[in-house]
Amino acid sequence: MGTDSPKKVYFFASCLVDLLYPAAGLSAMNILRQQDVKVIFPDNQGCCGQPAFNSGYREEAYGVARALMNRFPKDIPVVVPSASCAGMLKHHWPELFAGRTDELLALDIASRTFELTEYLVTELDIKLSDLGEPVQVAIHSSCSAQREMRVSQHIESLVGQLDQVDVIKQQRQQECCGFGGTFSVKQADISGAMVEDKTSALRDTGAQIVISQDCGCLMNIGTAFEKQSLINKQSAPLTKHIAEFIWERCHASD
Amino acid sequence: MNDARANILRRLRSNNITLENDAAHSSTASLANRPIDSYWNKQQQIEHLTQNMQAVRTEVHHLSNGDWLDWLKRELPVRGFKQVLVGDNETGNRVIQSMEDSLKISRYDRQIENWKSELFQDVDVGITTTLGAVAETGSLILWPDKAEPRLMSLVPPVHVALLNANHIVDTFSEAITKLNWVDKTPTNALLISGPSKTSDIEQTLAFGIHGPRQLIVLIFDHK
Amino acid sequence: MHQTEAFQHRINKALNNQQVRQNIRSVMSSLMLKRANQFPDSEKLELQRTQAQEIRQRALANQADLLEQLEQKLTDNGIEVHWAETAQQANEIIYSILKSANATSVVKGKSMVSEEIGLNQYLESRQIDILESDLGEFIIQLAHEPPSHIVVPAIHKNRKEVAELFHQHFPELSYTEDVDELTLMARKILRQKFEQADAGISGVNFAVAETGTLCLVENEGNGRLSTTAPDLHIAVTGIEKVVEKLSDVPHLLNMLTKSATGQPITTYFNMISKPRQPGEKDGPRAVHLVLVDNGRSRIRLDNELLDTLRCIRCGSCINHCPVYVQLGGHAYGTTYPGPIGSVLEPQLSGIDKLGTLTSACSLCGACGEACPVKIPLPKLINRLRAESVNATYHDSKTPGTGSMRSFSQTLAWKCWQFIYATPFAYRLFSWVATRFSFLTPNHLGGWTKYRTLPKPARKTLSQLVKQEGFANE
Ligand code: SF4
Repeated sequence: MGTDSPKKVYFFASCLVDLLYPAAGLSAMNILRQQDVKVIFPDNQGCCGQPAFNSGYREEAYGVARALMNRFPKDIPVVVPSASCAGMLKHHWPELFAGRTDELLALDIASRTFELTEYLVTELDIKLSDLGEPVQVAIHSSCSAQREMRVSQHIESLVGQLDQVDVIKQQRQQECCGFGGTFSVKQADISGAMVEDKTSALRDTGAQIVISQDCGCLMNIGTAFEKQSLINKQSAPLTKHIAEFIWERCHASD
Repeated sequence: MNDARANILRRLRSNNITLENDAAHSSTASLANRPIDSYWNKQQQIEHLTQNMQAVRTEVHHLSNGDWLDWLKRELPVRGFKQVLVGDNETGNRVIQSMEDSLKISRYDRQIENWKSELFQDVDVGITTTLGAVAETGSLILWPDKAEPRLMSLVPPVHVALLNANHIVDTFSEAITKLNWVDKTPTNALLISGPSKTSDIEQTLAFGIHGPRQLIVLIFDHK
Repeated sequence: MHQTEAFQHRINKALNNQQVRQNIRSVMSSLMLKRANQFPDSEKLELQRTQAQEIRQRALANQADLLEQLEQKLTDNGIEVHWAETAQQANEIIYSILKSANATSVVKGKSMVSEEIGLNQYLESRQIDILESDLGEFIIQLAHEPPSHIVVPAIHKNRKEVAELFHQHFPELSYTEDVDELTLMARKILRQKFEQADAGISGVNFAVAETGTLCLVENEGNGRLSTTAPDLHIAVTGIEKVVEKLSDVPHLLNMLTKSATGQPITTYFNMISKPRQPGEKDGPRAVHLVLVDNGRSRIRLDNELLDTLRCIRCGSCINHCPVYVQLGGHAYGTTYPGPIGSVLEPQLSGIDKLGTLTSACSLCGACGEACPVKIPLPKLINRLRAESVNATYHDSKTPGTGSMRSFSQTLAWKCWQFIYATPFAYRLFSWVATRFSFLTPNHLGGWTKYRTLPKPARKTLSQLVKQEGFANE
């Protein structure tokens, strides 16, 4: 894209961000807008279909995905502040739509889908300047970010640009936090054991904030912290989406 | 039973799998596996082999004067071994000739059934030749045969292997080509890369679980 | 649903066993680290995995021809080949070979296929004395337990448990918790057996069609002893183990040992092509190969599921699985645990029997990334989930498709679809709903056992963006 033609993107927030983490979504959109990107937030976004897809209910997933796909008609990028939902669009829509009438559109959308940090780094080459207080953070990259979208290096490089932020590596960095969507309710005890291990690895870092590019992980880890704190009155790190974290630290409030 | 065969083959043939080009023509002896872009010279081969073998507790001696017999004569009695097993070949003859006085030496010249319990219970050391070795993985190549049967390198608690430095190759793939492995199809072929070992208890390494507790490799040079 | 309840029961039991969980965690961490050290260059690793994948794909594509070639070569070499469509047939064949040789005592090398077909139980009930000789297998045979891992079968036991087990079975030997001494003890006990056994049974890692060669990978030497010391050797293997050429072997071997235990190579790579030849002084006089189908040729009928058959049983997917590390192998209740088990077992036994295994997966993708032959394990797990609730999914040949569909689940997903595919419904819903309460209401307790309930924000993002002046088209 030429530098003088203004960039335009669709923003697909994901159902989780829409309902539970609107601040993360809004921060992401603000960052994009600040980079002179025109952000289009289509009405009636809904969901990418992932929960049903991962539970075996592909017809239902298809119904929902199809309703969503029509929100992105123009040939511009679709930016998603969640690696797992971006992964659904990019990698599983082609599978879900294979052999159906709208397969071509699904492939087209897949090819222009970006995870937020990926877009900020590879497409915008964003430069951040840190206005915040010194802080120690731990980064938890979601499984989709690491292994499906392969974009986990970008959250690291974004945080690396922030002078006052110290990143502390957790043990078993690459291990799943145990969320896995409906897995966390279907296999609640296994998921519970996993999030216990993950939260204790994150506590061990001593970081004040845990950041991630996925709200699913943040919800899982954050509510587990909360529960643990209720039980043993310990304080726990805050959890924050990378967009919110960056926006808070980098924009001068006007 | 023939039904089983026919049924299986029929089912396998009822789905024709088309391969993408790459898979159909993948060259299997390719270089993805090679540690280096060029071939190792002899000195490098010996170094890699030695390093890899020592890493799994193999005793390696490079006998530059080529005299492995001297080494055996000197070391075996000192180490308290009592009965040594040799092959029914020239190497065996030479060991017998030079060491008969100091050690009990048996020659593997009978069918195993005639002396199984002696082999299992009395023999301390088996001495075999090798066809060569693979430097990259630190492996000896053995093709047990009439003269040096399979159990020689397996049952005695100590295995001494004689290796001609000129027979070391870089990789297993290379050995397959060089030894004309496909056409020769030995009864039994082995890569041996150290003494017998196990990590089945708590992933703790322990040696000599079933095969030799000790592997001694004597690398010699022939002009 | 019976299988699901039984699985839940085993899961709870496993999660409550802190000792085993600790044992497994420490071993898995060390295996992962050792593997990582063998593959320092991730680009090269990708290349190597692709290459291994291609070798296996090529073998599967030509499988029928290769099996016939293998049979021909082996027969020419003097090895007798048998075909078994089912586990039952395989057991019968093996038993009849033993019987006609008057063999009553058998030493066994490690073989997962023999576990799969229940060979030990079959032979034991027919008065054959069968002894596992791989140290790990020996330990669990003493304990009357199934393996908990396909490569390190007794890894759920610590040295103290092993010491007690040995002491209990061999009271004449003095008690020790020293691993070296325990190993020596096992050596002594098993030596005798090798010397006296009438027959040896082993698995096969690769069967080379080009030369008629059975390849065995091992560290201990028990595989070599089982296949060399007795007069009769029976090798048993799944039909998918055939590879085309001898030159295919080095790369697969390399990927197998590095992925499995992080070793550049195992102590022994044993290649058997013939029985004892005239003039040779040891080795079995008769060698048999039993080719076991047991569902594999059916799996191969499906162009997506056939990827399962590329597996070289390295166990790497298991070592990297964050669910396995919590549960250990026994919770799965199957021969093959972990990701490969959750993919293979429901296909072998039917979704109605084992489909529930696919639920024990967060789809984190670690297994697929660790697999040396690039089996897309998460994708296959998800595919099997789809089959389990849809009887006609892609004309699948898997037994028991659709058997896990339940009315309430289906209804819940239909509601979900209605809400998310209907703008008005979604707007209404987003005012009133919390996200998970409707999905599986009776399991919600599971979430809150470990976490608090997430609270919907006061305003959804859809509402906020309007205030903030973002465009909607
Ligand atoms: S599926 Fe892949 S990683 Fe798992 S055992 Fe098989 S080859 Fe190894």
